[in-house]
Amino acid sequence: MSETDAPLLLAEGLTKYYGRQLGCREVSFALYEGEVLAVVGESGSGKTTLLQLLSTQLAPSAGRVRYRLRDGVTRDLAELSEAERRFLFRTDWGYVHQDAALGLRMNVSAGANVGERLMAVGWRHYGRIRGTATQWLDRVEIDPERIDDPPLTYSGGMRQRLQIARNLVTQPRLVFMDEPTGGLDVSVQARLLDLLRGLVTELGLAAVIVTHDLAVARLLSHRIMVMKGGEVIEHGLTDQVLDDPREPYSQLLVSSILPA
Amino acid sequence: MNAPAYNFAYLDEQTKRMIRRAILKAIAIPGYQVPFASREMPMPYGWGTGGVQVTASILGPDDVLKVIDQGSDDTTNAVSIRKFFAKTAGVQTTTRTAEASIIQTRHRIPETPLTEEQILVFQVPIPEPLRFLEPRETETRRMHALADYGLMHVKLYEDIARHGHIATTYAYPVKVDGRYVMDPSPTPKFDNPKMDDCAALQLFGAGREKRIYAIPPHTKVVSLDFEDHPFEPSRTPKSCALCGADDTYLDEVVTDDKGGRLFVCSDSDYCEDRRGAERSP
Amino acid sequence: MDPLQLTGVAKSFTMHLQGGIRLPVVAGVAFSVGAGECVALAGPSGAGKSSVLKMIFGNYRCDTGQILVRHEGEPIDVARADARAILKLRRTTIGYVSQFLRAVPRIAAIDVVAEPLVAAGVGREAARARAGDLLARLNVRERLWELPPATFSGGEQQRVNIARGFLPALPILLLDEPTASLDAANRAGVMDLITEKKKCGTAIASIVHDDDVRARTADRVIDITRFSAQGTA
Repeated sequence: MSETDAPLLLAEGLTKYYGRQLGCREVSFALYEGEVLAVVGESGSGKTTLLQLLSTQLAPSAGRVRYRLRDGVTRDLAELSEAERRFLFRTDWGYVHQDAALGLRMNVSAGANVGERLMAVGWRHYGRIRGTATQWLDRVEIDPERIDDPPLTYSGGMRQRLQIARNLVTQPRLVFMDEPTGGLDVSVQARLLDLLRGLVTELGLAAVIVTHDLAVARLLSHRIMVMKGGEVIEHGLTDQVLDDPREPYSQLLVSSILPA
Repeated sequence: MNAPAYNFAYLDEQTKRMIRRAILKAIAIPGYQVPFASREMPMPYGWGTGGVQVTASILGPDDVLKVIDQGSDDTTNAVSIRKFFAKTAGVQTTTRTAEASIIQTRHRIPETPLTEEQILVFQVPIPEPLRFLEPRETETRRMHALADYGLMHVKLYEDIARHGHIATTYAYPVKVDGRYVMDPSPTPKFDNPKMDDCAALQLFGAGREKRIYAIPPHTKVVSLDFEDHPFEPSRTPKSCALCGADDTYLDEVVTDDKGGRLFVCSDSDYCEDRRGAERSP
Repeated sequence: MDPLQLTGVAKSFTMHLQGGIRLPVVAGVAFSVGAGECVALAGPSGAGKSSVLKMIFGNYRCDTGQILVRHEGEPIDVARADARAILKLRRTTIGYVSQFLRAVPRIAAIDVVAEPLVAAGVGREAARARAGDLLARLNVRERLWELPPATFSGGEQQRVNIARGFLPALPILLLDEPTASLDAANRAGVMDLITEKKKCGTAIASIVHDDDVRARTADRVIDITRFSAQGTA
């Protein structure tokens, strides 16, 4: 884990209103390289809104998001041009959707799905593109023999793993994940979480993971933010907030987990 | 009954101005698809209305017009369009590439090298090279605006993965002036190199899709490929049965029911020229 | 300064779901642990021994007081440190062997043990080799090393847990009932490990119920009931 002092991602007073409806209010935090932040809450807590604000898919009503680019300069993301933002998304960021179909090209082969970002940044050697795609399929535990199959033929867990490979191939520094294990069978979830955990550590990724599942938060994240009704109720070290919750809502959330 | 009177080259002058403006824009931004207000023409969509509108807008009384369809001057379409302009503009027409000042073509580029005095007008069905990969117009416009062409290479990658080589043999995408990716119309990929550094102005018209684009003279046009699967302007490895040329694009002609076939130059004018054959005016 | 020093530490739990009942645990906790020293926290169940260790590790918050830890020569107050600082402390300065192994489903025992070393930058192969040595020393059979510990017996899991905690060379080590599920032979093995750590200058705070183990490993015993909090229910 690199110890650069400057934060990688800075949220400052992020607020979003949908008309008069509150999405989220005054969310601020700093995320450093290699840190994983879980944002937990129930439906309507504002966690998905926050993720979309952070990844510039939504514009905030107030506040801003700043990001330290690879050249070391920290920029306000709202000031980036569309081209710069797209480039960022393609090279330095990843976004893992809950529904893998949203993050993949379902009709194009797995190899092309993984290779697309490489081609978008200028890779022009078929053999090398395919080779890199093969390595990544292996890394996310997909049989490399399936490289020419489209994800339409994949199971849900495989699609999700392919989506992860597609996002990580350009070695992004920051990955956003929206309920990455949502809708998957329990055994499949366990395998996926394992994979994510390993990759995050190995690649030194920073990540913001939105989840309603506290077990996912405990397994994957260093820090946690509990949200309710658009507000941040509590935040801190994951194990601290989950083992010694201070706020009433946090205590309620933690106590609601059914024991295994 | 009185025969209807047509404006010169059928279109009214205001329409011609509108189309010329689009053409100027297209020339200023090589390879970029300029939208234009395509008019109702006396032939249906899919029969060259785009090419006809471009030709009509640039045609002058002193121009000499050649019209070819798959390289041939005497197919139904080529004949129809030539007659159309003969009737509505009264211009001189020809089948000889070297004598024409404007050449309207469907799906081929003439073998004879073109000069700075000439304009080549292509008939285009689907102008958007990314259309079959990305059906949303909003997305493809953004991709062009941001030069975000990864998807195009995805298609080429898929070809190689599936067939071992890039399977596109016509309408092979090119990059124009290092910036826009363009569909050269359904010309065979054999013709792609002719577009590069061509002395003539190349104009492309799509009537149904309402787009015009252009390659100014002497512009760099590069066919998309991979380093380890480079572009090859392939052709059938045969010689023309009529003139013996082994470096032209050939049409395959079935001669009998027993599988007999012969190959002849697709560009009929070029072939006749080589043969020094008796030419009709 | 000592590697570890607590002053005026107090902890209570407020149970909002039970009408806001406040359960005080400890108050005024003060002690220090020197390098190479093992201090045992003693007292009956519920006295707050585990809570004190967890506060030192940053797993529990403390209401008041200071928990000073010597980190790269400077004192850091765990009670006031932010999340990032605590994460750094855990990587470089404070180790914690919990009472029960919290095993991630599919990770092999040897990788569970090697993980903290790998996170600290040691190469995976070297870390695994050292992990294997320590597991062997704790009598965990080699054919178990590549299996996930979830199916192991309680004693085997605890030995994996101990190996994981003892493998890195951290200046402060917190041990919560390290020998609870072990038989006599393995208890002896762990005691040897503790003695070695002391010789390396590690400051150890431990909770041990077994009188014999306590007598043989602890240099000092602190009775936690001294710090029991008087509070209103």
